[in-house]
Amino acid sequence: MYALSSILVLFAFWLLLSGYFTVFLMTAGAASAIGVVLLARRMELVDHEGHPIRLSWRVFTYWPWLFKEIAKSAWDVSRIIINPRLPISPTLVRARTSQKSTVGVVTYANSITLTPGTISVEVRRGEILVHALTREGADSLLEGEMDRQVTRFEGLS
Amino acid sequence: MSVLIDIASWVCLVAGGIFCVIGTVGLLRMPDFYTRMHAASVTDTLGAGLMLIGLVLQAGPTLVAVKLLIIGLLIFFTSPTATHALAKAGLTRGVKPLLAEDRSQPSKR
Amino acid sequence: MFTAAAAALLVALALALTRACLGPTVFDRALAANTVGTIAVLLLAVIGFLTGRPEFLDLAIVYGLLNVVGTIAVLKYFQYGSLGDPGNADDGGQR
Repeated sequence: MYALSSILVLFAFWLLLSGYFTVFLMTAGAASAIGVVLLARRMELVDHEGHPIRLSWRVFTYWPWLFKEIAKSAWDVSRIIINPRLPISPTLVRARTSQKSTVGVVTYANSITLTPGTISVEVRRGEILVHALTREGADSLLEGEMDRQVTRFEGLS
Repeated sequence: MSVLIDIASWVCLVAGGIFCVIGTVGLLRMPDFYTRMHAASVTDTLGAGLMLIGLVLQAGPTLVAVKLLIIGLLIFFTSPTATHALAKAGLTRGVKPLLAEDRSQPSKR
Repeated sequence: MFTAAAAALLVALALALTRACLGPTVFDRALAANTVGTIAVLLLAVIGFLTGRPEFLDLAIVYGLLNVVGTIAVLKYFQYGSLGDPGNADDGGQR
């Protein structure tokens, strides 16, 4: 099941990248897609984690929110950088995670890292060690808005 | 209409270029390794994102735009992974962060 | 206008290279190399538009893939001292 949808997605990716629709190239694409999935099977990578179909539609509510956050904090960090006094106050904090699955925790950690001004340094069970550029950034992370968004994105299961 | 799209794409391209330069200026100005990573992530997110949006607007609805979106997704997924790997490798090898305040010891809140 | 964007990217590239040369620790250099890679991907895309040759976008995709694999490989080498090491047992499996 996962193998089949992986083959389809990989084949669609091939078609997008090539843009040529001759018989030879399409056969080659199908062969490569099947070959890649066979290799992935041998490495035991074909499962729900490597191919999270379940999450796909919720992406469209989570990503716009994430992009807005990234733009806001990137603007803040840019202002700090071009400020001649360089007003930084680096802080290490531990943020709690309320996600149940590994995918959820990874999404949360990646979202923290992707937002300029905060970087997840180390992921442990139930908490993430976060390095923040300013004290305010650390405080706003600890308020837990992003944590709630990611948990909602992960689903109520 | 096409003039509007042209103007929007130029604004995005120039703003993306400015953010790329700001990010690398931060890379030079910041005092230690961990704070430099914050500056680099400005380049990776807003600089790259705005520049790719500008190019997509310039390309119009073609296969080129799809490829640009694939590049965007690639940067979007890989840059936090690389940054996290950097931070973790640095911490494991004992690069001490320069801190104004360390709240990492007791697990609070 | 593409020329202006390419010029801004070249300036950013020069600054990142300066950090790569100055960088006190090896991780500073790796960070600067990663940033150089990101900027190079963007520069390749812009050059593709500047010269009207969309093949450059494929090069940009390949360069982006190689960039992240290279960064992770270098970091793994400096963290564990070898490329074949599976990582430490307590938390290596999660990431």
